[in-house]
Amino acid sequence: MSQQPILKVRDLYRTYEIKGGLFRPASTLTAVKGVNFDVERGTTLAVVGESGCGKSTLARMLTMIDAQSSGTIEVDGLPIDISKTGISKDMRQKVQIVFQNPYGSLNPRQKIGHVLEEPLLLNTNMPAAERRDLALDMLQKVGLQPEHYGRYPHMFSGGQRQRIAIARAIMMKPKLLVLDEPVSALDLSVQAQILNLLKDLQDEMGLTYVFISHDLSVVRYLADKVMVMYFGEVVEYGTRDEVFGNPQHSYTKTLFAATPNADVESIRKRIAAKNAA
Amino acid sequence: MTNSSPAPVSTAKLEAESRSATKAQLIEFWYYFSQNKGAVIGLVVFMALVIMAVFAPLIAPHDPTFQYRDSFLVPPAWEDGGKATFLLGTDAVGRDILSRLIYGAQFSLFIGVVVVSIALVGGIVIGLVAGYMRGSVDTFIMRLMDIILAFPSLLLALVLVAILGPGLMNAMIAIAIVLQPHFVRLTRAAVMAERGRDYVVAARVAGAGHMRLMFKTILPNCLAPLIVQATLSFSNAILDAAALGFLGMGAQPPTPEWGTMLAEAREFILRAWWVVTFPGLAILVTVLAINLVGDGLRDALDPKLKRS
Repeated sequence: MSQQPILKVRDLYRTYEIKGGLFRPASTLTAVKGVNFDVERGTTLAVVGESGCGKSTLARMLTMIDAQSSGTIEVDGLPIDISKTGISKDMRQKVQIVFQNPYGSLNPRQKIGHVLEEPLLLNTNMPAAERRDLALDMLQKVGLQPEHYGRYPHMFSGGQRQRIAIARAIMMKPKLLVLDEPVSALDLSVQAQILNLLKDLQDEMGLTYVFISHDLSVVRYLADKVMVMYFGEVVEYGTRDEVFGNPQHSYTKTLFAATPNADVESIRKRIAAKNAA
Repeated sequence: MTNSSPAPVSTAKLEAESRSATKAQLIEFWYYFSQNKGAVIGLVVFMALVIMAVFAPLIAPHDPTFQYRDSFLVPPAWEDGGKATFLLGTDAVGRDILSRLIYGAQFSLFIGVVVVSIALVGGIVIGLVAGYMRGSVDTFIMRLMDIILAFPSLLLALVLVAILGPGLMNAMIAIAIVLQPHFVRLTRAAVMAERGRDYVVAARVAGAGHMRLMFKTILPNCLAPLIVQATLSFSNAILDAAALGFLGMGAQPPTPEWGTMLAEAREFILRAWWVVTFPGLAILVTVLAINLVGDGLRDALDPKLKRS
């Protein structure tokens, strides 16, 4: 595993204009404030933080769904700034995304085979037979059957759908895969299967993951590096063991402490703290 | 999971599997549709109408425009003075009403198909553009549609026919323009609901262009309400065409169009009830049948109403 970064992010900002209404003036909201990080080839960066801290905004910028307001993103040496240069097929093939909700991320009117072939159809000149072979190959790789090729998404369970979504994302053999809370909509046993699948795929294809999550146990299992975000800013960034073993920022400590604790002693302590306040 | 060589899968097997998935969807659709008895009855009546229209020359006992000089205003066969050869009687110039009704079905279905096609295609394209682009394009289109909707529909159709000149084709164009805004609004609303969904974003990340996103990704998921609206507009179109025909702005005599037949029979309402009743009944039954089918389609297609 070479240590050259495949993803370089420098001073990334994203601001949203909030239109003024009748009674309030226009303002701006900065969702991501000056984020810097590198991700090395074949490793996993976990992005952790509470709802609304800018994780998903970051994901949307990395996958070229939204443009950044300022700052630079560089994927595999290719600078990405879609508001200036637009998106080329080259850029498409480098980054793909897996969404949180497997029930919304597959087109209900599209058969699985076509779901998988669509990226190839749009970005390459591959003949139909070859595309189909690749799709069948991929189905097997993510643990599905070739018979599933002609079925509709509603015939699958949540875990199977997420496998399909992952298969679609890696059809183009992207350098970087952004996983936006890919297991938080699944039940626990299925979560484990999907995480194992992701790990296997990473080993096999040398994929690089940016893994967005709020589930710390999942992060501990998968991540090489951890980045904690809080209100759009990075408050902690380091290897998994550094962050988990010795959290520096107060928010990170709170976050780790927020893991539910149901023994009587901790409940008493919580009530006492509440009464004291 | 680690073996990358695919097991040899026969093409035939895959295609059979794919077909059975399609079939399963159709079966599910038919299941929900057939739950609604009224819709099935409507469908049967509508199919009968279609068959009647297609085989009109074979079914109709007489030429619809031939005037039997010896039998003006003959009452239906079961009335006193009725003739067995004119089952539903004849009109004021001696034409067989049954034959005219059978041929009239051709016109009514033709009107429905043409009007709905024009309104649907136009409505879908305009609505898709409005819902997908948003912004000033959307505002412009929707205000234009609001203006059209602000007119009483029949009045606007009348004005349009007055401009274009009377005749069946012009009447159909006028009705299509009047019905169009409903399709535009419906399409736009559906597109706006779908365009932010994850699968659309995923298709965009996969590299789909605007045209592909609009027509291949979003549109198929917006079709359900449009199909329902199309069936309901079908009956609306027949009604409006009949109304225009009645006012003398639609099909011109001697075309055996139902509304035109009503108009011709106006002066005999008191003397010969059958001349008005049967065309009126024909319109009523057709429109009712199509509306019932539309209701059933809504049950079968609208996932919000579907009992899961």
